[in-house]
Amino acid sequence: MRNALPLAVLLAGAIALPWAAEALGQPATIGLATRILCLGIAAASLNLILGHGGMVSFGHALYYGLGAYTVGILWEHFRLGEPIFGVIPGSNELLVTLPIAMLVAGVAAAVIGALSLRTSGVQFIMITLAFAQMGFFLFVGLKAYGGDDGLLVRRRNLVPGLDLRQPDQLYWLCLGFLVAWLFLQWRIVGSRFGRVLEGIRQNERRMAAIGIATYRYKLAGFVIAGMGCGLAGALTANELRFVSPDLMAWQKSGEIMVMVILGGVGTLLGPVVGAAALVGMEYVLGGITENWQFFLGPILLAVVLWAPGGIMGLLGRGARRG
Amino acid sequence: MVEPVLRVQGLRKRFGGLAATDDVSLEVRPGELHALIGPNGAGKTTLIGQLTGEITPDAGQVVFCGEDITRLSVAARVKRGLARSFQIVQLLDDDTAEANVALAVQARAGHSFRFWRAAGRDAALLEPARALLEQVGLARHDTRVADLSHGERKLLELAMALAARPILLLLDEPMAGLGAAESLAMTETLRALKGSVAILLIEHDMEAVFALADRITVLVYGRAIATGTAEEIRANPAVQDAYLAEESSP
Ligand SMILES: Nc1ncnc2c1ncn2[C@@H]1O[C@H](COP(=O)(O)OP(=O)(O)OP(=O)(O)O)[C@@H](O)[C@H]1O
Ligand SMILES: [Mg+2]
Repeated sequence: MRNALPLAVLLAGAIALPWAAEALGQPATIGLATRILCLGIAAASLNLILGHGGMVSFGHALYYGLGAYTVGILWEHFRLGEPIFGVIPGSNELLVTLPIAMLVAGVAAAVIGALSLRTSGVQFIMITLAFAQMGFFLFVGLKAYGGDDGLLVRRRNLVPGLDLRQPDQLYWLCLGFLVAWLFLQWRIVGSRFGRVLEGIRQNERRMAAIGIATYRYKLAGFVIAGMGCGLAGALTANELRFVSPDLMAWQKSGEIMVMVILGGVGTLLGPVVGAAALVGMEYVLGGITENWQFFLGPILLAVVLWAPGGIMGLLGRGARRG
Repeated sequence: MVEPVLRVQGLRKRFGGLAATDDVSLEVRPGELHALIGPNGAGKTTLIGQLTGEITPDAGQVVFCGEDITRLSVAARVKRGLARSFQIVQLLDDDTAEANVALAVQARAGHSFRFWRAAGRDAALLEPARALLEQVGLARHDTRVADLSHGERKLLELAMALAARPILLLLDEPMAGLGAAESLAMTETLRALKGSVAILLIEHDMEAVFALADRITVLVYGRAIATGTAEEIRANPAVQDAYLAEESSP
């Protein structure tokens, strides 16, 4: 791989970040960086269907929120010692909660995808948004789990051999999951399935004409992306130790989409870079003014107008010149 | 009598007040090259759309190899051996010619729920793809579709359709927009295909049609007004009135 060296340097830097933060007396940045990693997984998974499959899902935060709530609800029942519906015991074991979170998000994506993928274009955008809003209001109304106040997860999940109360250990765990997810997605994009997704994005009519039943492939991609976002949400719940309906609000869906566009649609690292850029901007601009989102508008506009390939596109152009 | 590859019976399709397909019946025999001619707007592409499943007919039946396929999806029909090329090319513009055909080969090779192995260097896909590009005479395998000439894209359209290993090829104006030399080359390519696959050829290039077709059907205002050999069609007064006179007087 020709990109191996910059990738290795990037990964080494990411691994070293907690030590650097400690050395610089900025331990709070570790939590910030962990949030970026989680959002990076969420944005990367959206990129699979948006950038590679051409499916503009405007409700992707729903799966993020579902993943987070899975961790929160399992914790709540574990704490109370009451099984869910009297049968499913709660849990605070990450190796239990993560797969369940991905399963829950995947099932939701399968149902919602099966319905919304019958449409396309603006209709698809609106239907995915509508489903996400339904999820949002469902959790606002679920008083048993805190309603719109959300739910505290007083202790992070347990993992054998790790202590997630240490911010750096949680950070490395999330980094590991991000790298694993990106690797998986890289394989998927290059596989036969990935070629079909790419083909559907470019010309769905042509794909049907060579004998591809496009609906099934779009649905499979939609479910994989939902599961990735569920994973991201489950990790986020651990980092925040708090879940609330805001995690699946339409603003969150918009943010995740902005990360993909900002970083570079259809690129491997773009969504992660976009997540870092957006969270970083919020941190820096948010320190200057409460209305930092006001400045986000012009920045996004500039990217869409002058750098349609996003930050990755700019970097690529620079590398070719230099 | 041999079972026809394709039997169309009483097909009708209206767009608002316009009868784009008006009670069309038609047969294509095994190995036959059957040309479908008619003036602009006669409903040729609309008919192809109903044969492939993109357009649902209002009435009538499409029988392919003895099976009623009127309600089948586009993809299911391709799987049964019914492939088409598009009048207005439909290709994957960001990909190379070779990658386009490789994807068509992949579609033919079974399901694509394979998530791990790299498809881009898979010889099982690339070798048949290259052979198909040779067959249609497209030399620039590694050029992106967006950078191919119009004529090359028409060749690629044909290669994509052939990748499905069809029993019946539906070709919608493969020579439209080609130069004289390119048209001749396309005629020879189609002649080489003749016999190995049944072809329903829509074409305005009368020279090519009369050189290639075993039988010809003439479509005017959505109606099939005549079917016969080249001589029969040339001699048919209704056809001359409706079509040939106007076509040959530029
Ligand atoms: N989706 C549609 N909605 C409304 N009218 C349509 C539609 N598709 C085709 N038509 C009309 O139906 C008629 C037949 O169109 P069609 O494209 O089948 O003609 P054609 O024989 O392929 O013509 P050409 O030689 O120009 O390709 C035309 O009058 C066209 O305007
Ligand atoms: Mg036409």
